Amino acid sequence: MAEGHASPNYWMIWLYLFILTVTEIAVIFTPIARLLVVIALVSLALAKATLVAAYFMHLRFEVRTLSLIALTPLFLGAVLIFILIPDHSAVLHKTADSVKVAPAASHR
Amino acid sequence: MSQVETIRLDMERAESPLTPESSGKLGMWIFLVGDAMGFGTLLCGYGAMRYGSADWPTPYQHLGINLTAFMTFLLICSSVTMVKGLEGVKNGRRRTAQIYLLLTIIGGAGFLGLQAYEWTKLIGEGLKIFGNPWGASLFGTTFFIITGFHGMHVTAGVIYLSVMLALVSKPTTALGPGWTYNVVEISGLYWHFVDLVWIMVFTFIYLL
Repeated sequence: MAEGHASPNYWMIWLYLFILTVTEIAVIFTPIARLLVVIALVSLALAKATLVAAYFMHLRFEVRTLSLIALTPLFLGAVLIFILIPDHSAVLHKTADSVKVAPAASHR
Repeated sequence: MSQVETIRLDMERAESPLTPESSGKLGMWIFLVGDAMGFGTLLCGYGAMRYGSADWPTPYQHLGINLTAFMTFLLICSSVTMVKGLEGVKNGRRRTAQIYLLLTIIGGAGFLGLQAYEWTKLIGEGLKIFGNPWGASLFGTTFFIITGFHGMHVTAGVIYLSVMLALVSKPTTALGPGWTYNVVEISGLYWHFVDLVWIMVFTFIYLL
């Protein structure tokens, strides 16, 4: 499979990854709602990961089933987030560390 | 291609329809999927702990973003040199393959050096695995565990790629689309995966 295709222009992929990284850093310093920042950063990271997997790891040129196998961790990760949601809703009062002794100073 | 090799390749083809050119590639993919679940679990756990904490420090105010952005850049560059090295192997250009593989190794080693520098600096500023001066103590714990786990992967990758460089450098190793290409491609899969995971770690640990 991977041997039969014309190789993609890797420098373009590099450029896209570079631009997306710069955008990510720009996003955190943009004064917009926290939720928007989270959504933007997660989408940008997923876009970068997709570029790496599709072109550098040649997934685009493999059997489709292999891509599905590669996606399982993402699916199970989403499931894990839903499993953790009951824990989140149980957090009525977010807790700060009870003992505030600046541990770094005492152990230095 | 010898007759034995033809038969061997035909057998592999029959046994591994997902990656017809080598079963080792499927093996690497399965390993990477498992490894991705390890990282996924760590990151989900990080999210849950951070969500439950009232005094989680804002990461980019305490962890140097400029340095880690450069480290990200370094890993992305080393991914490109990896595919270029692989192209060299495929086209039978030993010198090209050697140079690009060496650049990839230098990129990985440079990343590790910068990470060591970053850790030393942060530890000096008071970030410890059991606490920090800025807020929730788990901030330090998750930081060191997740970036450390990734750093271990980079270390393994640098060793792995050094072995590949030695293999490609041996005059008796036949280049071109064949066994060597498959083996180097499999090592490339691992290396790109390490890059991919860093993209996630950089976003969730440093930027969010």
